[in-house]
Amino acid sequence: MSLEISFIGILIGSIMASSVPLILAASGELITERSGVLNLGVEGMMIIGAISGFALMVITDNLFIAIVGSMLSGVIISLIFGFLTQSLLTNHVATGLALTIFGIGLSAMLGKNFVGIPGKEFPILFSSLRESIPFFGPILFGHSIILYFAFTLPFLTNYFLKKTKLGLVVRAVGDSPVSASNQGINVILVRYCCILYGGAMCGLAGAYLSLIYTPQWIENMTAGRGWIALALVVFATWSPIKVLIGALIFGGITILQLHMQAIGFRIPVQFLSALPYLMTIIVLVVISRDSRKIKLNTPTSLGRIFYKEK
Amino acid sequence: MIKIEKRNDVPMALYFFTPFIAIILTILGGGIIFYILGFNPIEALKFYFITPISNLYGLSELLLKATPLCLIAIGLSFCFKSNNWNIGAEGQLTFGAIVGGGVALLFYNQEGFYILPLVILAGAIGGMIFALIPAILKTYFNTNEILVSLMLVYVSKLLLDYLVVGPWSNPEGFNFPETRQFSDSSRMPLLFEGLRIHAGIFLALAAVMLSWFILYKTYLGFQIKVSGLSLKTAKYAGFKGKTMILVVFMISGACAGLAGVGEITGPIGQLHRMVSPDYGFTAIIVAFLGRLNPFGIIFASLVVALTYLGAETAQIFLQIPKYTGQVFQGMILFFLLASDYLLFFKVKILNLKKNELRN
Repeated sequence: MSLEISFIGILIGSIMASSVPLILAASGELITERSGVLNLGVEGMMIIGAISGFALMVITDNLFIAIVGSMLSGVIISLIFGFLTQSLLTNHVATGLALTIFGIGLSAMLGKNFVGIPGKEFPILFSSLRESIPFFGPILFGHSIILYFAFTLPFLTNYFLKKTKLGLVVRAVGDSPVSASNQGINVILVRYCCILYGGAMCGLAGAYLSLIYTPQWIENMTAGRGWIALALVVFATWSPIKVLIGALIFGGITILQLHMQAIGFRIPVQFLSALPYLMTIIVLVVISRDSRKIKLNTPTSLGRIFYKEK
Repeated sequence: MIKIEKRNDVPMALYFFTPFIAIILTILGGGIIFYILGFNPIEALKFYFITPISNLYGLSELLLKATPLCLIAIGLSFCFKSNNWNIGAEGQLTFGAIVGGGVALLFYNQEGFYILPLVILAGAIGGMIFALIPAILKTYFNTNEILVSLMLVYVSKLLLDYLVVGPWSNPEGFNFPETRQFSDSSRMPLLFEGLRIHAGIFLALAAVMLSWFILYKTYLGFQIKVSGLSLKTAKYAGFKGKTMILVVFMISGACAGLAGVGEITGPIGQLHRMVSPDYGFTAIIVAFLGRLNPFGIIFASLVVALTYLGAETAQIFLQIPKYTGQVFQGMILFFLLASDYLLFFKVKILNLKKNELRN
């Protein structure tokens, strides 16, 4: 009995770990989308974050520099997207896709000499508590600091959007850029900031993969997690707390697959893998059917170009 | 001083000229990246853009890769022209390949002239049906077609994965994730002995001609273009918006399905996990680079096909990962989108001194 309970504890702990990159990337993208910008480049920004984090770790042997560097690289690559969509008024969808395609290619090019190099062990916190407390130990303790950050991020994001003036500004820009602009808000600047923030979080999500989750560099190692994060934002109907819940569900599905494969369960793993996408489509249908509901949930100007005549 | 003004109308010459600027900038950008990575940029670019097409085999490979890109991009041009953002062509391609491949597998031990047309038709219908999902959800449930079509890409890829490792896997295949080989009657006829280029290229050319006819000579084409320019005008003119959305998605899906079936009946000859190296996504770049114009798309598909081919050559000669092709593909779209700014805005360089003198 106690063995089973501790197994469930470890299982929950591993589900939490697998949901971290989704929480980080989706929370970042959520802020970007709340400002009215649809950035489909999540996968590209994550993979750039993954290679820069890993490369910096190998070169400098300093994990702090690696983490900060991965976020910076996410910022830099999202700046391309920001400049194109905000300053040159390009189409969000096409630019975001270009960013993903470019990011995957560039990361493979940059990572050429880092394939096969073993990663470094990332420090975990409270590792002694993990062993000594049954069930709750593996859930609450023995994780990296990034995991703790990821699990507080949705609450911070929620607070930011609902309780702070800046959060209100972001929402106003996303829901009605024209009236926000008439109120004297610099719409383009706000959107730039939200895009760069999204880039930083996606970069961090990538670094979590290459430094902590599977510490090594493999080409295309994000393996579609960026797209799942994008789905997650929609699944969560643009609400930060629901992002956390959704990430645990989607992350849980990933872990469940591994275990089902191991015990030879009958349901094909591919159906489980497809669940996040199918669930997202169902959520989209449910919220979109009712025009009131979609207005409540979706940033009204999502993906639309804003241009102010000077 | 630089002054920026909004143009009242887009100059057509510039509209078709900026893609060339984008291509030149991409090549320069690629050279810079190669230089940073420690390669001789001229030599690396030569391996990328000249070596692959300097012999007959290379040219055949170029056409082979341009065929699906051209087909998909032609289909997408219908969607994009009418402001429908179908970005799930990769999924429609995959589903077309599944349905077409399923029919081919039914006839795996039979020969007959009727088999290939059936397989092709099945592929087109498969793609069409798959594209109808985002279209129906958009028209009747008001969902965002970008997100739905994108999500479905992964659903179809996972379905293919399930089929080739599970029920459709080759019983004599030692558990490799692949189906049986199709019979010769399910294969596209090769055009030349020893080259891989196949009859599928005629499907692409037919699609180009047909799309030109539909877009520029029929009432449907007129409706599509008007809806793309202004949805309000289209409504005022009484066009049936819902039907049109369904139709453009069906055309687009059918083209992607054809591309998928062309791949499996052409160079591949069976179903396996990697039916397409993201042709469905890359074709979006082709559609943009070709300016949604049927003949522009032919040109663009050749350019983008060269980035695939160049990446393979560079992988052999320079030992760089073949993902580098995507660096070029991404850059082309970046530069193209950026140069579009010139279409909508006039950049005037004012002479400061004169202004100061006047003041």
